[in-house]
Formats: sequence, C-alpha cells, structure tokens
Amino acid sequence: MNDMRILDRDVSANTTKITARGVQVYYGENHALKDVDVDILAGTVTAFIGPSGCGKSTFLRCLNRMNDTVASARVLGEIKLDGEDIYDKRVDPVVLRARIGMVFQKPNPFPKSIYENVAYGPRIHGLTRSRSELDEVVETALKKAALWNEVKDRLQSPGTGLSGGQQQRLCIARAIATSPEVLLMDEPCSALDPIATAQVEELIDELRAHFSVVIVTHSMQQAARVSQRTAFFHLGHLVEYGETGQIFTNPRDPRTESYITGRIG
Amino acid sequence: MTDATLHGGHAAPRSLLATDARTRRRKAAETRFRLYGLTAVGLGLVALVFLMWSILGNGMGAFRQTYFEIPVELSEATLDKSGTRDPAVMKKVTTVGYGKILQKALEAELAARNIDTGTMKAKDVMGLLSKEAPADLRNMVLADPALVGQTITFEAFATSRVDGYFKGRVTMESAARDSNISPEQLAVAQKMADAGLITTQFNLGFLSMPDASELRPEAAGLGVAILGSAYMMFIVLLLALPIGVATSIYLEELAPKNKWTDMIEVNIANLAAVPSIVYGILALALFINFMGLPQSAPIVGGLVLTLMTLPTIIIATRAALKAVPPSIRDAALGVGASKMQAIFHHVLPLAMPGILTGTILGLARALGESAPLLLIGMVAFVKDFPAAPPEGLMQPATALPVQVYQWTQRSDPAFVERASGAIIVLLAFLLIMNAVAIILRRRFERRW
Repeated sequence: MNDMRILDRDVSANTTKITARGVQVYYGENHALKDVDVDILAGTVTAFIGPSGCGKSTFLRCLNRMNDTVASARVLGEIKLDGEDIYDKRVDPVVLRARIGMVFQKPNPFPKSIYENVAYGPRIHGLTRSRSELDEVVETALKKAALWNEVKDRLQSPGTGLSGGQQQRLCIARAIATSPEVLLMDEPCSALDPIATAQVEELIDELRAHFSVVIVTHSMQQAARVSQRTAFFHLGHLVEYGETGQIFTNPRDPRTESYITGRIG
Repeated sequence: MTDATLHGGHAAPRSLLATDARTRRRKAAETRFRLYGLTAVGLGLVALVFLMWSILGNGMGAFRQTYFEIPVELSEATLDKSGTRDPAVMKKVTTVGYGKILQKALEAELAARNIDTGTMKAKDVMGLLSKEAPADLRNMVLADPALVGQTITFEAFATSRVDGYFKGRVTMESAARDSNISPEQLAVAQKMADAGLITTQFNLGFLSMPDASELRPEAAGLGVAILGSAYMMFIVLLLALPIGVATSIYLEELAPKNKWTDMIEVNIANLAAVPSIVYGILALALFINFMGLPQSAPIVGGLVLTLMTLPTIIIATRAALKAVPPSIRDAALGVGASKMQAIFHHVLPLAMPGILTGTILGLARALGESAPLLLIGMVAFVKDFPAAPPEGLMQPATALPVQVYQWTQRSDPAFVERASGAIIVLLAFLLIMNAVAIILRRRFERRW
C-alpha cells in the first residue's frame, strides 16, 4: 500500500458508529484527557497516533469502559454507541464489552487451549446452543483471524505455546468470536516482529468489512498503511482528526506536522 | 580542568595481567563473603544433622517393642463358667483374674524350659511383664470368645526396663540402682531370650494405641493424638481455606483501596506475628468460657488453629493473586467477562498453586502447634478414642505436639524414647505435607 492509495480511499458514505463529545478523563488529580470530540465511522479503520502519554490509549479504554477497572479514573463527557450513552447508569459494562471487543498491546492468551481461548467469549455470553455451533463459531473466528490453517490440527494445545504473532492473532480471534461491532486495538503490533506485524495489518484491513476498527499505534507508517481516518493526540488534547491521507499529506495543525515529520514526540 | 588532566593524562596503559591493590581488595572481599555464606550453610547443616541424629537415635526404639511369647491356656473353667461365650457374662473375670492365668502360664513355661529363677519372688517374675499385659489378654479374649478353651501363644509386652535392656538403654549396673527392676530379673529375662521366648517386633501399637499411664510406658501409643490432630486439621482445612481465600479475593480484587482496607491489611499482617499462646487465651475466653464448648475437644482446637492459620493463608493467597499478571484480567474483562467470571475462570486457577502451597504450609504450622492447645485443656490424659465426626469433634482428644510435651514431662526414661518417637511421627507428617505442597505446585503450575 502506498500513499497514492491512501488518497483514493473514500469513507464519506459510512455512518457514525461511536460519537464522543467533550470527553474528559482524570486519573486522580491528573487531567489525562481534555475535551475530546471524535466520531468513529462504521466499517472504517481509525488510527489514534501521538507521542507516549498523550492520552490515546486512555481514550481507547474509555470506549469500552475498561477505565472502570482503574479505581482513580474518572470519565466525564458523553460517549454514544449507536446513539446510546455507554456511561449511562443502566448500562452493564459486561454487555458493552461483548459489543466492543478489545485486543491488547501484549498478546495475552489465557493459559488454556487454543479452542478454549476462542470459545470463552461465546460461552459466557451464551451465544451458542450446542457444541457443534460453538465449534463453528471458533472455526469462523480463527479463519477471520487468519490463524485457522496454522492451528486447526492442534486446537487442544495451549494458546501460550504459539509464537508471538500467532498469539496476537489468537487474541484477535478471541475478540471477534463474540461478534462485536467495534474492535479496539491498543498497539497490537508493538510486541511483534515485522513479519507478524504485516500479517496482523493485513488482517486489520480484512476485518474492516465486518467491524469498525480503532487502533492505537506508535508507528506512523502503520497508521498510514491500515487506517482510513487518523486522530492525532498531544498532551491530552485531540489536535487533529481527519482522513488519513489528509493528515499525513496536508496536516492543518502545525503540531501534527511537527509530529509527522519527526520534530516532536 | 579537563577530564584528561583529572585522570592523569595519557598514562601508559596498564597490563591486564597485573592486578593492582584495589582489584585485589575487591576480590578478597568477594572471597570472604563467599566463605561467610558457606560457613552459615555448613553450620545449618551440622545443626540439622545433629537434630536428626539425636531424634532418630532416641526415637527409633519406640517403633520396636520387646514381647514375651508365652503359651497360655485359656481354660473354660476360669474364664467362662457358664459356657455361653457371651462377652457380657465373661466380663465378670477381671484383669486380676487374667493376671493370675498369665502368671501361671509364665511359671509353667519357665519350669518347662528349665530356667532357674533362683530366689526371686513370683511377683518379681511377673514384674518382667508389663502391667498392661493382663488387660491386653482380657481384651483379646473378650473380642474373640472362641479363644476360650484353646491354648494360644500370647505376646505379652515386656516391661519398659526389660524392653530397655534389650535395646541397650538399661544395663545391669543401672538396674542395681533401680527400684523398678533388679539385675536378677534381667538375668532371667536374658535366659528367656536365649530360650527364644522373647521377640522384638515392629511396634504398630505405638501408632494405634492410646496413651498409657506413667507406670506403663511400653503400652503408650499415639493413636488418640494422631486422631485428634487429624480432626483438627480437618476443621482447619474446612474453615480456614474457604474463609481465607474469600477474604483474599475480596481484599485483593474487589475492595476499594482506602484507609479502612489499609488498616485491615496491616492488622492481618500483624495477626500472623501474634504469639500462638495469645490465640490460646482468646480461645479459652471465647470458645470455652463464653460459648461453652467442651474442653480438650478437637472442635475448639480446630477453631483456635483456624484463627491462627487464617492470616498465613490470607497473606499467601493475596501474594498468589497479586502474582497473576493484570493482562489476564484485562483479557477476560475485554471479552465481556464479569469481574467474578474473570476471577473464578482465570485468576483463581492461576493462583491455585500459590494458594495450595500457602495453605499446606499453614496447616503444617498448625499441626506442630502446642501452646494454644495447652490452654484449652488438650493436655489432659485421654485414654478413650473420640468417636467418628461429627460427635467425635466434641469429645476429648489430644494432639501430636501436646503428646510430645506430655511425655517429656514424665519421669520414666522410657518416655524419652516415646517422646522422640512421637517427634519422628510428627516430622514424618510434616514432611508428607510439604511433599504434597511441592507436588501440587508442580502439578498446577502453568506459565503465562
């Protein structure tokens, strides 16, 4: 994929999946995220870039309420999934996380079999009625994650015995087995070698057909390669958000330009 | 001033083969430290070897016992006049009656073997046998009335002095100073041994029989103590493991981090260091005086040991939970597991080896604890076995470490051997528990 193709991407027809308005996050006294407005589009890969500590991972973790597990974190503002406020008192984060899956920075398969790793989500959410149905879900998820051919003969061997790239794809399979609508990825390739990274990136592009993907990345090349829209965060502010081609070739904010050209961050 | 002048400019490079004083000092310090370490380990090993040698040397004798093998005629005329073989009727013949039968049999056997007892009184000849022997014979006959009318070979306990003589603990010289035994008696015993009337066998009774009085150490066993300890360990495991694990899960995974939970945390850590006798006083006041539970009962012992073990289990479990990487919790929450599902499906199984190890080590400590049990009356002399649980939990029993303590209090030197033997049994149990802990850890250990 080269820059020419970035410019060709047309995403204007897609509908909005997640709307964030005026999002503030505090960790105790520390104001980590300041007044962020973002629209995540359906069927689109959105990349969050920015220097370390800029709040991009924090914002990602707001989208499926993983920040709830941090005792000192406070989230203000409004985040809507299909028009429903996900921070409403009536919303059970457990149900929300089944609809918004997440893949983490470090591959973190459960120390169980490959099959059990993928089957866990559908099982706890009661998505399947029979063993054969579950087998099917596991197979589909592993196929979507481009891992099926490598592991189909050893589904009962431990997931922790796979290579780093395979483990990360297993985690992706686990996340998509519950058929989420949005897939959040927090630097999914930072622990992987270039070949595994390429495989995961290819996978992300394919996943776009089924879900909205939001990816946090440190690599600007990666953002340019996989995303249609890019948001640049700096010191807790959302500096610029737009089509990936525009951000990388014609940034409006001088801070974005400085970051992209390597002068800050 | 520049760096070059500071370090003496471009001095000629020193040879790698020559060591300067500073390097030599550093090396000497390292060698010295190594020696300190080796000395410390060596001292520890010497202490351990000495301990094992002294305990095994003193205690192994307790597992072997000297018996007289005497043919005894159990005549119907004396034991069961009615001829009904009804144990209820046969109970009328007392231990004294059996003692007379035994004495007759012994005298007859000595005469048959031409063993000269010289000027010894009949009482002294009978004194070679344990005072427990007639009671043993009576119990045997009452348990199996069909024996009446037969002549059986009865294995009678030798008295502790005779037993000691054949184990080398008692000598002719010490017998001369001993009011309980005389050299003449030992000479007769030696003749009987030469005639093949005396055997030394593995002493199963040491593990199965209850305690015996001061006068008959040869009949003292650990049965009640082992059973009492087992009952208490059962209670501790049943109460301390679930309570401890639940507490740890709440404190580690669910509780908010504030000054209250901080205070609880500090207090639990302090409780682990409270002297065990303090728990004994607590149990005396709470369980016995306030709640009215019986003294000497395994239930009270189990409860006090539970209190004592809980902090250990909580600390071990919290450490095990802390050691589970947060990424596993994230992974579970990320696919939409609830907090409880994340804990019970993923975190707890991974923490299991640590929890089990901590629990077993806590149990091992509880098994070896005597001080709190002394305060709740478990130091009593208990001859009767407690019944099976649950009612047996309320009946008097003793515990292994308390039995050791009791036996070391008694004057008869034969009890030194018994006490060391009891220590061997206790150590064997502890070794088994530690081995189980290691095996469980290996079995459940999984990498992530």
